[in-house]
Order: sequence, then C-alpha cells, then structure tokens
Amino acid sequence: MKKLTWQSLLVLIALWLTLYFNIHSWADKAVSWLPLTPDSRLREALAFFFYDAPKVLLLLSAVVFVMGVVNTWFTPERTRALLAGRSQGLANILAASLGVVTPFCSCSAVPLFIGFVQAGVPLGVTFSFLIAAPMVNEIALTLLLGLFGWKIAILYLSLGLLVAIVGGLILGRLKLEKYLEQWVQDIPKKLLSFESENLSFSARLHYGAVAVKDVVGKIWVYILLGIGVGAFIHGYVPENFMASFMGKEAWWSVPLAVMIGVPMYSSAAGIIPVVQALLAKGAALGTVLAFMMSVVALSLPEMIILRKVLTVKLIAIFISIVASGILLVGLIFNLVL
Amino acid sequence: MLNIKVLGGGCSNCKIAYRLIEDVSRELGVDVVLEKVEDMQEIMGYDVMSTPAVVINETVVHRGGVPSRKIVEEWFSKM
Repeated sequence: MKKLTWQSLLVLIALWLTLYFNIHSWADKAVSWLPLTPDSRLREALAFFFYDAPKVLLLLSAVVFVMGVVNTWFTPERTRALLAGRSQGLANILAASLGVVTPFCSCSAVPLFIGFVQAGVPLGVTFSFLIAAPMVNEIALTLLLGLFGWKIAILYLSLGLLVAIVGGLILGRLKLEKYLEQWVQDIPKKLLSFESENLSFSARLHYGAVAVKDVVGKIWVYILLGIGVGAFIHGYVPENFMASFMGKEAWWSVPLAVMIGVPMYSSAAGIIPVVQALLAKGAALGTVLAFMMSVVALSLPEMIILRKVLTVKLIAIFISIVASGILLVGLIFNLVL
Repeated sequence: MLNIKVLGGGCSNCKIAYRLIEDVSRELGVDVVLEKVEDMQEIMGYDVMSTPAVVINETVVHRGGVPSRKIVEEWFSKM
C-alpha cells in the first residue's frame, strides 16, 4: 500500500464530506426511481436500507480510520505501563477510559490479563479495563451515532464506562486474588520497562488505513445484514408492536433482555441496526440498551477463554456483577425517561 | 537457519499468521524451523500481551496482529 500523505488525506476528507452530506438526497432519488407506490411497505423498507447502509459504512470507515491512528499511541504495553503501580480508585477510571482507546480483541484477553497481573496492576483495575474494552468501542459508538444520534451515543459511552468503573471497584474490594488459577497467582511480579515506538505521522496514518481495510472489510457483511433485518422490521412490523413486551410498562423485559444477551455473542456491528428497529417500533430505550450491552460486553466464548486464568467461581462473580450493573442501567433508564 | 515461533492461543489470526510465514519462507527458499506456541505460560515468558506475536531466534519481532507480507519478506531478507 502506498504511504498516505497529508495531501491525499485532505482529498479523502473532502470526498468523504461530499458523499456524507449528499447521501440523503441521493438515496431519496434512487428510491423514487423504483416502480413502487409511495408509502408502500416495501418502499419504506428500501428507503431505510438505501439511506442507512451507505451512511453507516461511511461513518464507520471514518471512525475506524481515526481510531486506527489513535490506537498507535495506545498499545497494550503502554496502557499497562500507565496502570502499573496505581491503587484502586482513580486508576479504575483511567483503566476504563484506556479500554476504549486501546486495541482489544477477546482472543488476546488472556495474555493481556496476565500481562497486567504481572506488572502489578490491581485486579479490580484490570477488570475495569476488561469490561470497558469490548463494550465501549469505536464500532458500537459509530453505529449508535449514525442510527440513534449523538445523545444516545454519549449516553451509551458514559453508562458503559460507569458499569466498567463501578464493576471494577466492587470486584477490587472483594479481594478475589485467591480465585485466580494457581499458576497465575504464582507468576512473579516484575518491573517491566516500556519503550515507546517512535512512529512518523505518515506511518500512523498508514495504520489507520490498514485498520479500515481490516475492520470494515471484515464486518460490512454483518452491518448490511443487520440493516437488512432493521429495514424489514421498519417496513413490515406494525408501529408499537414491541411496546407490549419490550415497552416501559413491562419491567420484567429488562432482566429477560440481559439474560438472553449475556451468553449471546455478536459484534456491535450486527446487533445495533436490529436494536434500532426494535426501538422504532416501541421498545423502551433502557431495555434495548441493556440488551445491547449484555450482548457486546459478556459472551460465552470470551468466558471460555478467560477460564484459562480465572476459576469458575471468579467468572461467576464477574458475570453477576457486570450483568447486575447492566440491569440497573436498563431499569433506571426506563424509570427516568 | 531461522527458528521462528508464532505465539498465540489458537485464534484465527494466529493461524493466518502461521500460514503466511510458512508461504513466504517457502517462496523465498529460506531455511526455517517454524513452530506454533499455544501454551500461555510459554507465551508470557516472552512478555507478549497481544497475539499473534512472532519470535525469530528468541527475539520478539512482531506482536498484536497478522504481519503484512511485506514485513515478513523484510525479516527474511535481513537474515
């Protein structure tokens, strides 16, 4: 791949802005050319798809690019160096926030976990990071921004961080070190040196471009699928259909949503368009957010991976605390809004 | 001869990285001993926090993702 320069970056930004601010009218035109009666269901569904699919993909490419560049400053090694030797409290806030900007894949959860323990990062702080990293990420935030607007995106960001910070604080207070697998407890603590890589700015831009190719190249199918399902719900499911069993009055729908969501595994990309359609048909925001958080934050595959370092008991405590946090967020939301 | 280890607990990216290194070494005709390291304790011995990582003759040369083909070719040309 060619190295990105400042000049080509500016051209790309101009192109992106032109596309982004014209999609709405272009999508309208495209749909109006189709031989469909106005206000028909198929037309509603197609209008939703034609507008939202390119919008979300554009937003996603931009955010993944920016985050790919930002990630080059926040390697896991640097994050660990920032967290090592700190005590509970402020460090939990720092850990949760770093969880948002540090690249994280659940397949790396184990080496990351041990790396933190080894460097003397307190367990509760490590958990704050582990809760925030998968739950609050750039993909989730972009989709929320694109499909729900900035208010809900910021709400999700703050509530996700809150669950991660408070969850980590509680887990830290519980003194759970003895429930780590024995071999993890036996790892000698050591001081690790950290040298930051000196990358040129164009090298960082290059990493951003690679991230777009990797991430968008991998998840665009799921996004289109999700938006497709969303479009179908938009066009064909009657208004307020969801209100009776996912509405505010149905308080039990929040725990139910969390229970269904915890073992489920989906990337934010696949779940958010569906969630948006549910919301449009009368589901309550708290219920929907709780569902989404539990799907993205906790999953069976991740727990199986973490079983290598955590005993079953510690995993159970971890899941219950995070799930209760999400449950509370959902319930409070439905009460307040 | 190069001793190359691919560190990673069996994730899909680790397999992709392994195959890539295998391919490139065969294409360039470099004499390598390629090894998969999946044991967590051994991986941690290299102080690696993000997998897949690549170790050549006991030095960590790459971590946290599948290396690009160009980077792999550079490793071999330098040796």
